[in-house]
Amino acid sequence: MRAYTGRIREAAKRLLAENRVDVVIGFRKGTIPLMNEPYLIKSVDQVNQLYWDSNCGINLANYLPKRPDRVGIVAKGCDSRNIVVHILENQIKREQLYIIGVPCKGMLDRRRIMAERNGREPLFAEELEHKVRTVRYELDLTRDRNYFLQDNCRICTHRNPVIYDELVGDLVEEQQVDRYTDVRKIEAMSAEERWEHFEKLIEPCLRCYACRNACPLCYCPTCFVDEARPQWVGKSLDKTDTRTFHFLRAFHVAGRCTDCGACERACPVGIQVRQFTKKMEKDIKELYGYEAGVIADERPPLDTYRPGDPEPFFK
Amino acid sequence: MSEMYIAKEKFPATVKQLMGRCRVYGPVFRGQYHEFAELKAAEDADMGYQNTRLSPKELFHPQSERMFTYSLDKSDSEAEILKEAPKDFSSRVILGIRPCDAKAFQLDDRNFDVDRFRDPWWVKRRESTTLVGLACNQPCASCFCTTVGTGPFDTGGLDVLLTDVGNGYVARSTSSKGDDLLQGMEGGEKVSSEAAQKVMDLKIKAEKQLGVQFDVSTLSEQQMLELFNASFWDDIQFSCINCGICTFLCPTCWCFDIQDEVHGNKGDRIRNWDSCMFPLFTLHGSGHNPRSQKLQRVRQRFMHKLKYYVDKYKDGVACVGCGRCVRFCPVNIDIRQVARLMSARCVCPA
Ligand code: SF4
Ligand code: SF4
Ligand code: SF4
Ligand code: SF4
Repeated sequence: MRAYTGRIREAAKRLLAENRVDVVIGFRKGTIPLMNEPYLIKSVDQVNQLYWDSNCGINLANYLPKRPDRVGIVAKGCDSRNIVVHILENQIKREQLYIIGVPCKGMLDRRRIMAERNGREPLFAEELEHKVRTVRYELDLTRDRNYFLQDNCRICTHRNPVIYDELVGDLVEEQQVDRYTDVRKIEAMSAEERWEHFEKLIEPCLRCYACRNACPLCYCPTCFVDEARPQWVGKSLDKTDTRTFHFLRAFHVAGRCTDCGACERACPVGIQVRQFTKKMEKDIKELYGYEAGVIADERPPLDTYRPGDPEPFFK
Repeated sequence: MSEMYIAKEKFPATVKQLMGRCRVYGPVFRGQYHEFAELKAAEDADMGYQNTRLSPKELFHPQSERMFTYSLDKSDSEAEILKEAPKDFSSRVILGIRPCDAKAFQLDDRNFDVDRFRDPWWVKRRESTTLVGLACNQPCASCFCTTVGTGPFDTGGLDVLLTDVGNGYVARSTSSKGDDLLQGMEGGEKVSSEAAQKVMDLKIKAEKQLGVQFDVSTLSEQQMLELFNASFWDDIQFSCINCGICTFLCPTCWCFDIQDEVHGNKGDRIRNWDSCMFPLFTLHGSGHNPRSQKLQRVRQRFMHKLKYYVDKYKDGVACVGCGRCVRFCPVNIDIRQVARLMSARCVCPA
């Protein structure tokens, strides 16, 4: 995917030089192996800092809400879907945006690579064709790229941007996969087992709220967990408060979550928070046949009423 | 100073001896990463680990600590009296802690154990704890301890330093607490001259690999306001999502918030970690927030560690180079880059 870098720079240069946009948001090369940094450039002389490879998992749509200027933004499939959600939710106007679309082949999961290396960070990493090589002292490891993909990328069915003004490469083939095997496993559990499952899942949670902050959907001016007057949620590590946070956040992103995986990527203790949001996603799909962030000119099912909406929960 | 060599096959027995004397904490692999936990069995300590995901500050400054309890029941004769919550201050050993993390506790002492402020729980925990460190033969790509005045073999914050020399560990005490600990141990052997040489070689190699990655000495010479108003903050802050991971994982971030939690008639006064990255951290009762902007919060974290602390204590920076914030910042904000910008001799307009 590094080949996209040149095309991204070209596009950014043109857009800035022709004054089509005020800024371009993309990535610059990271300071450590397997990491890149979201980066905003304002002038043509900065374009060579823009960079692209398989370590651009952060969702750039997170930097858009309420921006007043004209923005060029580099967007892979999931970013583009969150841009659509932002447009639908009036967080940014389509006219303000110039979307540089990136057909995506999935992003690497740095944690998985570290785990494979016994929790040790590589001193050096490189992407080869279909492979990833990481080196540290005596351990030189080359593995299939697919082996190290982020969980959400493995089952992504919208790798191509759903909305764009130009593309930096040919469209890629979309995967035909069953997105919900893990959700069905949890659905099949008894209520007690399910409770156990989720208790274990969130047990290490520090309530740093990085999952929330990494999520483009979490743009509320004051999140309910931060509200101080009145304070809804306690600040200690009381389990009820931790559950409250996770459950409420999941419901708040229902019908909006694009499964971009930014939440899981950010979590410092590796909690699979998508286990909550994916169930919501599945329900919305089954009830309304709706996928978040795919159609830009139709109100989402949960913010409008249509006669004939299924109501199986009224009993 | 006393020293001994402990062969690896005898190490579990040595740990067991310790466990017979006091509580022993060690690096334990739990789920996806290592953390310090009280050992149930000597074998639980994974001495081949890199470092813990979260810093060991939790052992002295828990994320959420019940300070006092009280009753609000009017019929209770002790209603509305704060009573100290019971805590365990019995003696303990922390085994395998990294030199940078041990050094961090000394730095934190400035906050919890000085004439003006003395936190009794911090002090008691520090007193009852012996720190047995493990030298870093193979530092991470993101470590920079040698740049900020400590190092992979630094004994400054430790009572004993263990060095893995292949088939065993060389243990050397570096304080009187450490002397006491080693002198009571059985099964140790004399350190051979080869093993002693190996320690020297490993130390030089690790230090050389880390190198000096930026120059902290110029930080004290910089004009505070010039740094405060520097244009680079705008660039640095852009990607930050204010998640606070950097502060939660950091061994030298000590900020906390105190809250009362009441259930029915019973209440607890609880101290929780807080983070300068959170908007709520500085929100006034009036509704005014002096750090309402992300830029202000990002700048605060770096200015505190690399300038305010430097000027106030004249003893280096408030960072031990453990690299946790570098490794786990989800957007790759790298304190080393920021330090380079801050310490550059002239603060150039970006
Ligand atoms: S990022 Fe992880 S640790 Fe932090 S609040 Fe979310 S789930 Fe909890
Ligand atoms: S909840 Fe997670 S997966 Fe869903 S949009 Fe937010 S960051 Fe992406
Ligand atoms: S970890 Fe990174 S993104 Fe999170 S608050 Fe710290 S600097 Fe900002
Ligand atoms: S600022 Fe970062 S590198 Fe320095 S002590 Fe804290 S976590 Fe470690």
